[in-house]
Amino acid sequence: MEQPALLEMRGISKEFPGVKALDNVNLTVRAGTVHALMGENGAGKSTLMKCLFGIYNKDGGTITLDGQEINFKSSKEALENGVAMVHQELNQALTRTVKDNLWLGRYPKVGGFVVSERIMDQKTREIFDTLEVNVNPKAIMSTLPVSQRQMVEIAKAVSYDAKIVVFDEPTSSLTEAEVEHLFRIINMLKAKGCGIIYISHKMEEILRISDDVTIMRDGQWVATRPASELTMEEIIKLMVGRELTNRFPEKTNEPGDVILDVQHMSGKYTRLKEATFQLRKGEVLGIAGLDGSGRTEVLENLFGVMTRGGGTITLHGREIQNRTPQESIKNGFALLTEERRATGIFGIRDIRENTVISNLKNYLMGGICLNDKKMKEDTDWAIQAMHIKTPSQKTQIRSLSGGNQQKVIIGRWLLTKPEVLLLDEPTRGIDVGAKYEIYQLINDLAKEGKGVIMVSSEMPELLGVCDRILVMSGGQVAGEVDAKNTSQEEILTLAAKYV
Amino acid sequence: MSNESKALAAKSKSLDAKQVGNVLLNNALIIIMLLVAAYVAITQPSFLSPRSLVNLLSLTAAYLPVALGIGGCIVLTGTDLSAGRAVGITACVSASLLQASDAANKMWPNIGTLPIPVVILISVGLGALIGAFNGFFVAKFKLHPFIVTLATQLILYTTLLLYVQQGNNKGMAISSLAPNYRNFVVGNPPLLNFGKIQIPNYVIYALLLTALMWFIWNKTTFGKNMFALGANEEAARVSGVNVLKTTIMVFALAGAMYGWAGFVESARIASNTANTGVNYELDAIAACVIGGVSFVGGIGKISGIVIGVLMLRLIFVALPLVGMDQNLQYLIKGGIILFACALDMRKYLVKK
Repeated sequence: MEQPALLEMRGISKEFPGVKALDNVNLTVRAGTVHALMGENGAGKSTLMKCLFGIYNKDGGTITLDGQEINFKSSKEALENGVAMVHQELNQALTRTVKDNLWLGRYPKVGGFVVSERIMDQKTREIFDTLEVNVNPKAIMSTLPVSQRQMVEIAKAVSYDAKIVVFDEPTSSLTEAEVEHLFRIINMLKAKGCGIIYISHKMEEILRISDDVTIMRDGQWVATRPASELTMEEIIKLMVGRELTNRFPEKTNEPGDVILDVQHMSGKYTRLKEATFQLRKGEVLGIAGLDGSGRTEVLENLFGVMTRGGGTITLHGREIQNRTPQESIKNGFALLTEERRATGIFGIRDIRENTVISNLKNYLMGGICLNDKKMKEDTDWAIQAMHIKTPSQKTQIRSLSGGNQQKVIIGRWLLTKPEVLLLDEPTRGIDVGAKYEIYQLINDLAKEGKGVIMVSSEMPELLGVCDRILVMSGGQVAGEVDAKNTSQEEILTLAAKYV
Repeated sequence: MSNESKALAAKSKSLDAKQVGNVLLNNALIIIMLLVAAYVAITQPSFLSPRSLVNLLSLTAAYLPVALGIGGCIVLTGTDLSAGRAVGITACVSASLLQASDAANKMWPNIGTLPIPVVILISVGLGALIGAFNGFFVAKFKLHPFIVTLATQLILYTTLLLYVQQGNNKGMAISSLAPNYRNFVVGNPPLLNFGKIQIPNYVIYALLLTALMWFIWNKTTFGKNMFALGANEEAARVSGVNVLKTTIMVFALAGAMYGWAGFVESARIASNTANTGVNYELDAIAACVIGGVSFVGGIGKISGIVIGVLMLRLIFVALPLVGMDQNLQYLIKGGIILFACALDMRKYLVKK
C-alpha cells in the first residue's frame, strides 16, 4: 500500500555568499513513514531542514504540506502549522527548568498573559507519561546529563502534535537503551500518521527504522529509494560518489619506538579517569567513543587546556608537565581544536596572521619587531605544502571553505615544529574531497616521524586512517584495538562499556 | 563494613563542609555588608533609631524602581546606561507640568496644574518610549545595549538641557511644585503615621511596584520569554518566541520604571535641574549585581534586586555615621561592583 505524500519539497535552492548550499533538491515524505535523509557533513541536509523550518529563506523551489503550498518565515510559523524539529545542536535555556523549556513559545495562559503553572505541570506529566520519559519537570536544565536533555528536546518536538517531525542527528549523545526508547517514540508517531524526517550518520539506525532514504551530496539530490532495497555499501557509495575503496589514502607510515608515555592521567574538574596509553614515532593513534566519553578531554588534558588532576606524561623518557598550552607548545605538542570556528580560526583576520600566530617569537627581529618577509615566506610555504586554495595571503580566513581553513590551522601548527600532533575531529564539517587531502596530510606527517593522536566520531575514518584505536567510555579507557583487525561492532561494544 | 561507613560518613561530612563554604562564599558580599552594618549599629546606636531606619527604607524605595527596570536588561545579558538621564528627563517633565499655579517663573504658565494621573501617564509613557527606542536598536540591528544606551544617554542629555530652557524657565531649577503633588509622593499615609515615625507614600508605591514586577517576571508569558531569551536567544527563537518584540518590551518596561522613578524623584527632591538622576543607572546596576542578577544572562530574582538596593543603601547610610570620608564612597562602590561580579562569575565558570 502506498501512503499519500504529506510533504513535498520540489526544486529547493539556497545560496550563501560564495557557496551553493542547496541546488534543486527534492524530498517527498509520505504520511506514517520515516524518511531518512543522508549525506556527508556539509551535504546540505541541515540547510534543507532549516529552509523547511523557516530559519533560512529558500531562494527557489516550492514546499507543499498536505496539499497546500507553504513558505514559513519563522520557526513560530512552522510550529504553528504542524512542522516540529529536534535540532542538531541542543538549543535550550540552560538556566531554566525542564517544563519552562518544554513549553517555551507556547506557555498555557489564563487571562491572556498569565502563565498557568498548573496546566503546565499537568501537560508535562501527560507528555512524559505517554512517552515514558523519566525526567523531573522542575529540574534546572543545566543540572541534567546531556542524554536527558536530548530526551526533553525530543519530547518537546513530539508535544507539538505536528504532522511532520524532523529529527536532526538525535542519537549522537544517546546510550543504546535511549536509542531504543527513541525508536519506540518514532514508531508511535508513525502509527499516528505523522511523517518523520530522520537525519543520521549511523547506517544501522537508518536501515532499521526508515521506510525511504534520500541521499544528498554537495547540496544536490542524488537518489531516493526504499530502504529495503538499499545496503550499507550502496548508501556509502551514493553519499561519497565513488567506491568506498578510495575513501582513504594508502597507509605508508611505519610506527617506530614509543615516544610518548601517558600514565594514569586524570582530569581535575572533568570526568577523565586514569587514562594510560603510549604513542609511537610515526604512528597515528585514534581515539573513539561516544560524545561526552572523554575523547576531547584526553587531548585537552595532554595539552594543558584543562587542568590535570593526576598522572604523568613522559616524552622521550623525560617527564614533562604541560601545565599550559604555552608550555606544551615548547615541549613539541600541537592541538587542532574540535570547534574550528569557535576555537581554531581567527575569522576576520587574514591567512597570514592565522598561519603565524602560534609561532610569532620566531619572526622577531631584535626582540621587538616582527619580520614581515619571513612571515610571508612561511605562509607561502604553508599554502603550498598544505595545498591551501586561497586568492591571497591577505584573504580573511572565514571566506575560505572549511577544509581550507583546517589546512591553514594544520600549517600553523607545523610551523611550530611539533613532535606530537593532537587532532580533534580534523575533518568535521569538511567536504569529501578535502577530507581525503586531510587524511593524506595526516599520513604524510606520520611518515615523516611525527606522532599523531586523532579524535573522531566517524568510525570509518578512524579505521581507515589510524594504526591503533583507543576507545573511551564514561571518562575511562575502555580498550585498545588494532585498526587493521577490528570492526565497528567491537569498537561500539567497548564504547558502551562504562556508560 | 564499619570502616566503609565511617569513610562514607567522613566523605559526606567533608562534602557538607565544602557546601557550607560555597554558600558562605557565594553570599560573602552580603555577609560582609551585614557585618559592617552590625559594627556600625553597635558603635553608633543611633543607626538603629526609628528615624534612621525610616530614612534607610525611604532611600531604598527611591532607588528601587530604576533597579527593577534595569534588572530585566541585565537578564538579557545587556545593560542600560541611559537610565539616569531617563529619570532626569521624566523628573523635569513631571515637575514642569505640576508646578504650583502661583509659582514664580512657572515654566508653562498657561496649563495651570495638570491632574496627577495624567502626569503619571505622561512620565511613565515617556520613559517607556525611551526604553522602546533602546530596545528597537538592540533587537533590530543586533547592537550591544552598552552602545545603544550610551548613545541614548547622550541624546537624552541634550534633550534635557534644551527642555529646561523652554517656556519661562530659562534653564533654572524647576521648583515650587504643587502641594498636592508633593503630598501625593512624600506625604504620609494615615495608617502608617506613628507620631514621629512617618513613612512616606512612595515607600508604599515601591512595595506595590515590587509586587507587580515579581508578578510580571514570574507569572506571565512575557517574563518567562525574557528569561529564556537571556539564557539562550537561539533556543527562544526556534521555539517560536518573538525575539524582537520581547526585547523591545523588556527595555520599554525598564523605561516605564525610570518614568515612574522620575515622577517620584521630582517631588522627592522638589527642585529639578538637568542633573537630576545622573548616574542612577550605576547604583541600579550595582544593586542588581549584588542581588545576584547575573551578566551571564537568564538569571535573576526580584527579591535579589530588593536586597541589593537595600544593602547598597545600608552601607551608605551606615558608613558616614562612623565618620567615613565622603570621598571614599566611590571607591567602596567600585570595590563592591568588582567583588560582586567576580563572585557571580565564580558560580557559573565551568572549570576545565
